[in-house]
Amino acid sequence: MSDKQKDNASMNWDHVASNGLLSRRHLLGLGLASTASLAANPLLAADTAAISTPSWSKVPGRDLSGYGNPSAFTQEVQRLTGSPNPLLPGGGASRSPLHLLQGSITPNGLHFERHHAGIPNVDPAQHRLLIHGLVRQALSFSYEDLLAYPQESRIYFLECSGNSGANTAAQPSDGTAASLHGLLSGAQWTGVRLSTLLEEAGVKEEASWIAATGVDGASMGRSVPLNKALDDVFIALYQNGEPIRPEQGYPMRLFVPGWEGNVSIKWLGQIKLTSGPANFRDETSRYTDFLADGKALQFTYPMGVKSVITSPSGQMTLRRHGVHEVTGLAWSGSGAISRVEISADGGSTWAEALLEGENQALALSRFRLPWLWEGGPAVLQSRATDSAGNVQPTRAVVLAQYDAANRYHFNGIQSWSVSEQGVVANAFA
Amino acid sequence: MPLRKCAKIIKGSMALLILSALTGVFAADDIVQLGQPVSEADLRDWDLIIMPDGSGLPEGAGSAVQGSAVYEQQCASCHGASGKGMPGVPALVGENNSAGEPVVRAVGNYWPSATTLFDYVRRAMPPTAPKSLSTEQVYQVVAYVLFLNDIIGEEHELTHNNLSTVDMPNRNGFVDRSQMQ
Repeated sequence: MSDKQKDNASMNWDHVASNGLLSRRHLLGLGLASTASLAANPLLAADTAAISTPSWSKVPGRDLSGYGNPSAFTQEVQRLTGSPNPLLPGGGASRSPLHLLQGSITPNGLHFERHHAGIPNVDPAQHRLLIHGLVRQALSFSYEDLLAYPQESRIYFLECSGNSGANTAAQPSDGTAASLHGLLSGAQWTGVRLSTLLEEAGVKEEASWIAATGVDGASMGRSVPLNKALDDVFIALYQNGEPIRPEQGYPMRLFVPGWEGNVSIKWLGQIKLTSGPANFRDETSRYTDFLADGKALQFTYPMGVKSVITSPSGQMTLRRHGVHEVTGLAWSGSGAISRVEISADGGSTWAEALLEGENQALALSRFRLPWLWEGGPAVLQSRATDSAGNVQPTRAVVLAQYDAANRYHFNGIQSWSVSEQGVVANAFA
Repeated sequence: MPLRKCAKIIKGSMALLILSALTGVFAADDIVQLGQPVSEADLRDWDLIIMPDGSGLPEGAGSAVQGSAVYEQQCASCHGASGKGMPGVPALVGENNSAGEPVVRAVGNYWPSATTLFDYVRRAMPPTAPKSLSTEQVYQVVAYVLFLNDIIGEEHELTHNNLSTVDMPNRNGFVDRSQMQ
């Protein structure tokens, strides 16, 4: 045993659950621990060659730019795009590369996409938002009009209700955090409260729902109960500080906090006050949850409490023994994340992770916990609890609620197996 | 900014000043009111929403006999001559398979409202040219798809008055969770 290995073994680790999970207090000491474990690997010698004056410090750098781009060295940080369906032009989804990102805000160019007829090129000067139906006065708003209203900024997650549906299959697919769970993003959205505009139009007493449609080729429509519409629904004009991206509905989208992403209608052009749901195709034929008895759930709106470890995660390989940070994202459509627990032994023992930041309701929360991996097999899991007391269920518990063909609203615990070679893979544990 | 809007803002601001002076409360909602009044009649042709009770349906009629040609021209290349669909294209005709075969949930055995079919076809189909079908064509092709699903007869004429009364077999198959959030 080398001196460094002795250091590793004799360090005063505070174990909080079996198979190497360590106390959060070691997060501060991660740098030290990594140094020790790096040096313990005889293949890694001191990198003296890097101690030199690099060429880029001997010449002026490139010029300014009107809109910045990521480093050329991070070109692999991309959305995961599926292959286009020639029979449905513009339809499909791209997924956020969750395993390549940190923090809890998704950059705008990496926010997931789900389109049903492509991305329309909407000219804001010609665009109008019509509010009509069961109102005292139907009204038309231009983009410029909306910019003049009082705005609010709020941080929310957005998740497609089909996210993680791959884990309802009978066998685990060899996916990454992105391919399995990347129909999820978080952003700061800024816009105008829908209630402000509804008050201006004057909602009639018999109205109980809104029906919202977009101006894309599919004119995507969804119905939202009026009580939610008047509560916290707003019309988003900005995303992380800049005008929302075309992929997110430029010039304006409905934003329905905490609810399945499909109801946050992009390229919003119409809000009709109605006395019931419109039963759009995408709230009947699609986005309904099959039950085992042949019935189906309609209007399952809030996304269930959920979490996923983004590192280590599927298709990664641990290349050294020693302390690793287990980190990931947790969120709930029913409130704030109050607790995330981590297991390294497939759910037998659990330890509470550190929740980073302000931990706002209906937003992504980043969690972290140190883990000492010494080369043995492990199954990493995370389990989130929200402020309403909902606890993320196991995969088996979720599957038992539905027909086997159901793919929506899967929020079961994700298991990542770690082999003795350090290979991390999707697993059903 | 149009003069009318300026006037409204100023009026609102004055009211706000008075209100603020009286109560010390900042009533932000009163500051800006920029919506341009429009009449519901102006929106009739523009509004594509069809409610399950049939409200919103444009005047018109069509039968499956008339719809077969529309279907053949506009739908069959993707959805198939008999509506079975293909990889990447949903089936239009449901199948309640037994003996371990998966159920195909489609219009006839899953969709709760016939109005949804009209609403969706008119707003979103065909994918390469949505909103290109005439009102008559939509009635006709909706009738044809319902006929393929054995919901109505070939001669049955769908109209704006009777579409909402088409008896959809799975109309009671959904559990409404909208108020259970």
